[in-house]
Amino acid sequence: MTARRAEWLGWLLAGVLVWLIAYPLALVLVEGLRNSAGWTLEEVRRFVSRRSEWEALWASLWLSLASVVLSGAVGVPLAFLFERVDFPGRKLLGVLVALPAVLPPLVGVVAFLFLYGETGFAGRLVQYVFRLEDPPWRLEGPVAILLVHAYSMYVYFYLFCRAALSRMDGAMLEAASALGAGRGRTLRRVILPHLRPALAGAALLTFMTSLASFSAPYIFGGGYRVMTTQIVFTRLNGDDRLAMVETTALMLLALGALALFRRADPGGSLAGVGKGTAPGLARAGSARARAGIAAAAWLLAILLLLPHLTLMLVSFVPVGTWTTEPFPPVLSPGNYATLVAEPERLRPLLNSLWMASASTAAAVGIALLGGVLVVRRRVRPGRLIEGLLGLPWAVPGTVFAIAMAALFSVRSPWALRTVLVGTVWLLPLAYLVRNLPVTGRALLAGFRQLDPALEEAAASLGAGHARTLRRIVLPALAPALAAGATLAFVTALGDFVTSIMLYTYDTRPISLEILGSLRQGDVGVAAAYGVLLMAASAVVFALGARGEARA
Amino acid sequence: MAFLELDGLSRTFSGQRAVDGLSLTLERGEVLALLGPSGSGKTTTLRLLAGFEVPDAGRVMLEGRDVTPLAPVARRFGMVFQHYALFPHLDVGANVAFGLESRGVRGAELSRRVAEALTLVDLAGFERRAVAQLSGGQQQRVALARALAPEPQVLLLDEPLSNLDPALRERTRRELRALVHRLGMTAVVVTHEQEDAFDLGDRIALLQGGRLEQLGTADELYAAPATAFVAAFIGRASELPARIVASDVAEVEGARWPVRWAGPGAAVPGETARLLARPEGLRLTAPGAGRVTGQVTGRRFTGPVAFFSVLTAGGRALEVAAPPGAAREGDAVGLEPTGGELHLFPRDAT
Repeated sequence: MTARRAEWLGWLLAGVLVWLIAYPLALVLVEGLRNSAGWTLEEVRRFVSRRSEWEALWASLWLSLASVVLSGAVGVPLAFLFERVDFPGRKLLGVLVALPAVLPPLVGVVAFLFLYGETGFAGRLVQYVFRLEDPPWRLEGPVAILLVHAYSMYVYFYLFCRAALSRMDGAMLEAASALGAGRGRTLRRVILPHLRPALAGAALLTFMTSLASFSAPYIFGGGYRVMTTQIVFTRLNGDDRLAMVETTALMLLALGALALFRRADPGGSLAGVGKGTAPGLARAGSARARAGIAAAAWLLAILLLLPHLTLMLVSFVPVGTWTTEPFPPVLSPGNYATLVAEPERLRPLLNSLWMASASTAAAVGIALLGGVLVVRRRVRPGRLIEGLLGLPWAVPGTVFAIAMAALFSVRSPWALRTVLVGTVWLLPLAYLVRNLPVTGRALLAGFRQLDPALEEAAASLGAGHARTLRRIVLPALAPALAAGATLAFVTALGDFVTSIMLYTYDTRPISLEILGSLRQGDVGVAAAYGVLLMAASAVVFALGARGEARA
Repeated sequence: MAFLELDGLSRTFSGQRAVDGLSLTLERGEVLALLGPSGSGKTTTLRLLAGFEVPDAGRVMLEGRDVTPLAPVARRFGMVFQHYALFPHLDVGANVAFGLESRGVRGAELSRRVAEALTLVDLAGFERRAVAQLSGGQQQRVALARALAPEPQVLLLDEPLSNLDPALRERTRRELRALVHRLGMTAVVVTHEQEDAFDLGDRIALLQGGRLEQLGTADELYAAPATAFVAAFIGRASELPARIVASDVAEVEGARWPVRWAGPGAAVPGETARLLARPEGLRLTAPGAGRVTGQVTGRRFTGPVAFFSVLTAGGRALEVAAPPGAAREGDAVGLEPTGGELHLFPRDAT
């Protein structure tokens, strides 16, 4: 590829990304400020004057901050326990407690509903034991949302901190000890500063995920609105222009929070300056203490796995057979047979599979091209391309769904707009845009870690661009490809927030079918879909991890 | 006509001249060592030769043909990279076969030539080994076999020994030298280690700031350095201010020493100059009239000889090679020239 051709391709890619990412967001902004008569601030005034909008904004903000605190409070001690303390079953349990990562958001919410909801196992059990007339609690409102968030997002703190602790040079702790520092001072002055980048990364990820969260507030919110649900309900009421202003407000909140996080923690590595090995594991003094720790860890793991187990159990409940009993009276694999045998049930599975596959393949292709152009060819629009590839991560899914619907609801070739709303193309396109940060970040990082000497060696050995890409670059990028593609595929497969805004009957994905089944009281089928999603996510993660390990 | 010619090569990065008008020639079968400190432009020169960098000015000529516009793929120059750049997902055999496949070699012929290349570097039978399982020395040899297998016209080696420990480094250097000479390869070796350059290069091009300081054999560079930089960089040397008495005599702290005037230009009696003295160019004697005198401030034992640090009466620090028992720390000593290795440069020489 000549330098001129690379530049040309760079501008072309930047143009496509501007059209797919920046342009729809700009349209949201503009359409909130226009009506049929021209420019107006009428909708902005309406937004500002409505108490419910401020309440929703505040709810989004404080719930996100509280989710960070709660998730950290669960995830960080768990990371210390599993990375620093030796007890029987540590390795297996260490993997098990990370399992909430394989629950797609809606499935996690549904599992929580089956376990702790008004008619869930826990509630029924308490009701049965204490002979109560009514369910002992209602899992609703901000507390319910926070519980689900903490359950599904502590994994970020757990995984990030474990990774940071495993990379820590044990000699640093020995040095602190030799210099007279006690446990508290070592924790405060040595360990926590070392963990700071990991904690900041997990906090940012939790905050942004929580701010964009839709499934939990939608299912458990009841009358309690956060910005994501507020937008959807405003749109369902047909108030599209106000929804645009709400969308802009949420987008600004997300970008502002991201900027604040970046300012508070500009990043930077605190990696050790010498060679080192990870600190040794602490052993509990007595056999009884070790057994106690092991028992507590097992109990904790079981508690964290209960939603998964509940989902599996409910998936075997035939329609209409479980009413007031604390435990389902009948169990059968019929729901799974239904999913495959009935074309209407099978359709969402196939839809999700093809849309997730197609969007992942396209996102990987774009990220690969971006990697070549930005990292290797250093084209002039490189920073623009990289910024655009990362932008959808900072913007909640609801915002993007509204933005895509705005772009593709009008036929206006001169404005680069066409009608895709109501077609099978819009949803995979939206998945693609939402997947770009994942594949883009993975592949750009992969390219940056790839020694350019490998490509030069291939060239010095007579290999052209195509052969170098096929034989050297792609195999060397396999870990990054596996990581990016895996995460993108799983995210698209379980997507709910974009789908609920953009699906058509022909493209209805699994998540919408789960919701539909729940509404019809068909909990067994909903759970069976959930189990399939969970299993698919687990398989894809395992394959991805294998791909990473092999490469 | 030279086999390989670098003709006025220049390359600038962000306003910084990495290579500045470099010209030199190599005969077929000659091994040239590019030597210099970090940032002297030696790796950039190698990359210009390989085609990974495009020169701002100048040409690379091979047998009289201008290969500057050719892409690396088309040059048929083999390269051994500093960190070897072995393809980690391919085994040893596939790494070595890679360049041969690019040239269309297939089947039994491919296997034969891979085996041949591995035999050359003493790794016969290693075809199915994973590169990650090899030691540093073995990886270096695989990289060499991979570069040699397609029978390149010129072999380029970028710091080929820098990742090896001292013992392995010396052995590998001997083997590399023997192999390159046995095959009659024309080769360019980049190194910042004098010993590697002396051992591997038929001639050495010493670079500084992207410019060629001197081109010659190791003996020529050591015995007749063209510039003060060469004298200071090659071997060890102490610097003293001196006054020119004649083109072959200089006055140092009142003593008259025989010297080699290194120019440029003619020596002007009476002017001050820079004297660069090799440790073996001076000997320790008893202090006395007409001699430079000083005190021993340190001693570094290296076996048959020791290096004595001497602070002269004029306040200059010198290094003198002498038998280990020649003096003790704190001794007052005199200094005398041994009859060579004292190089005199103009005061403003670089």
